[in-house]
Amino acid sequence: MGKTMLEIRDLHARVGEREILKGVDLTVEAGDVHAIMGPNGSGKSTLAHVLAGRPGYTVTQGQVLYKGRDLLAMSAEERAREGVFLAFQYPVEIPGVSNVYFLKAALNAVRKHRGEPELDAMDFLALVKEKSKVVDIDESLVKRPVNEGFSGGEKKRNEIFQMAILDPALAILDETDSGLDIDALKSVAAGVNQLRSADRAMVVVTHYQRLLDYIVPDFVHVLIDGRIAQSGGKELAHQLEAKGYTWLEEAPAR
Amino acid sequence: MTVAAETDVYRALFERRQATLRGTEPAWLSGLRQEAMERFEAMGFPTTRDEAWKYTSVAPIVRTAFEPAARGRFDGRSLAPFRLRGAREIVFVNGHHVPELSRGGSDGVVVMGLREALDREADRLQRHLGRQLGESATAFAWLNTALFDDGAVVAIPPGQAAAEPVHLLYCSTADGPPAVAHPRTLILAGARSQAAVVETWAGADGSAYFTNAVSEAVVEDGAVLDHYALQREGGAALHVAALFARQGRASRFSDQSVTLGAAFHRRDVDAVFAAEGGECALDGLFVAGGRQHMDTHTRIDHAHPHCSSRELYKGVLDGKARGVFHGTILVRKDAQKTDAMQTNKNLLLSAEALVQSTPALQIFADDVKCKHGSTTGQLDPAALFYLRSRGIGEEAARALLTYAFASDVVGRIRLEPIRAGVTAFLQSRLPQAGEIREALA
Repeated sequence: MGKTMLEIRDLHARVGEREILKGVDLTVEAGDVHAIMGPNGSGKSTLAHVLAGRPGYTVTQGQVLYKGRDLLAMSAEERAREGVFLAFQYPVEIPGVSNVYFLKAALNAVRKHRGEPELDAMDFLALVKEKSKVVDIDESLVKRPVNEGFSGGEKKRNEIFQMAILDPALAILDETDSGLDIDALKSVAAGVNQLRSADRAMVVVTHYQRLLDYIVPDFVHVLIDGRIAQSGGKELAHQLEAKGYTWLEEAPAR
Repeated sequence: MTVAAETDVYRALFERRQATLRGTEPAWLSGLRQEAMERFEAMGFPTTRDEAWKYTSVAPIVRTAFEPAARGRFDGRSLAPFRLRGAREIVFVNGHHVPELSRGGSDGVVVMGLREALDREADRLQRHLGRQLGESATAFAWLNTALFDDGAVVAIPPGQAAAEPVHLLYCSTADGPPAVAHPRTLILAGARSQAAVVETWAGADGSAYFTNAVSEAVVEDGAVLDHYALQREGGAALHVAALFARQGRASRFSDQSVTLGAAFHRRDVDAVFAAEGGECALDGLFVAGGRQHMDTHTRIDHAHPHCSSRELYKGVLDGKARGVFHGTILVRKDAQKTDAMQTNKNLLLSAEALVQSTPALQIFADDVKCKHGSTTGQLDPAALFYLRSRGIGEEAARALLTYAFASDVVGRIRLEPIRAGVTAFLQSRLPQAGEIREALA
């Protein structure tokens, strides 16, 4: 396997007064796809947001290393520039801000950070053309204000499109399947699969096994009450599909 | 100090002026001024006990002994930022017409100084000047009527489309003791005519001068008049303005205001549908920071059936700024099939900024469509995080969202040089605007 991309050690986090993560341990190597499953309220989305640096989430204990560096010490924008990408469960509509130009500003912020030259409009539009094919997104959609008036499927597709443009080293997909019909799900998953590579790690957060039929993970972890209760290969997802989460919830956490 | 004493200063000034002007102004105008002075005295300066002035204290105006503004000099260079490219322009400095700074036009549209128009064709003005001030006219509007020295007259002949926008540029030098000017504008849009008229009130950052402006627009049957009100006064200025528009049958009128300057701003927009089938659109953007106070009052009088009105006002407030929006829509008993919509949205960028928003719908007809909405809030934290999660820095993300908030009002401005000017201003107020300029949809 490749080098270690992400190392989460005994992570505790709270939202407001409520402790949500109660000691998460997880190691992700480059090239691997890890699925995090779990019932509602188990802390899946919290974990995704803590990794992306969302304000309002307080880490009370533990450590997260990204490429060997302290991820938690970085601001949200620094993390993005270092190659961390969160595909949102609920992408935000931003009227008045053009999707394509916002993305150009974002990409150039990333490139500047890496010491690479900024892309001009021509090169950027060529990139947009290329990547919009990867995720099968309508180019006209790309030019509209960010997510404004997009359908649920279009929003998710736009997330994967942004990911394709920004080319992250670590992609966290937060319930990318929620609200999608089967056709949209297949097409979004196909986009994600095209972005799998030996240099990139992915953490796929999902409630349902269905998504994992299309994005086949290397590892599956079950998060229950803020801890990883079980880890295994892709067959664990099928077990969960058949048996639900209760058999794990009843077992002692460790 | 009693109310009488506060207005006494202006009465004395009025008497002196009337004595000087005796014989030079037509009798009807002297009569109008006399009546206006009496109304001003009867009303007195408003206090915060008056409903329409509940959130706006005029104490800074009342307690200052303003001198009538003397002629001043404005060199071409300091005037340049306020000029409007591609427009026919008439320039006033400290309220006085300066022909050598003005630029003529090529069509039959009449643009001249009010003083000059009074000398040349006073009788034509008699039917209109001061006649649009209705029941809601403020004490300040009457004070202007009693004391105005100069201003502009724009007349678009019936059936004519103006070839270029008309720009009325009122500048103040703000040098010297606090001075007051009462600029007066009269726009006569003949039947089926079409024109864009821009008024700019601008000034240097200097003394606390007072601009008390009144504009009247008569929009005859089938005319289309786009009016713009750009307030770019100096930082210490006190700016009070009123616009009275009277619309004929199937006419279209719009007023788009952009309010950026002055320490104190109050504007009253009063639009009356005087016949059926008219359309009226009032839009406004105000951007206030520091301790700026900006108050907009609108009143649309649906006096006749089948008229539609649209209002979109947006405010961006930072620092300890105060904003007020009050929008009255009056639908009279016979004004069936009225279609009115009013929206006010405010963005607070600091915890100490404050805004008061009051929609006031008075509906006496029963077959109408009237809607209003008002929201006040801060930048959406979810949107902020979304942008940051893509690598956009926090400051740039805030700037981007602030600009985006204002963008729909800016987008409605049809005159490109104004739109570009407002865009440039907003970008100059936003940090790191360079990085995000392209992302502004």
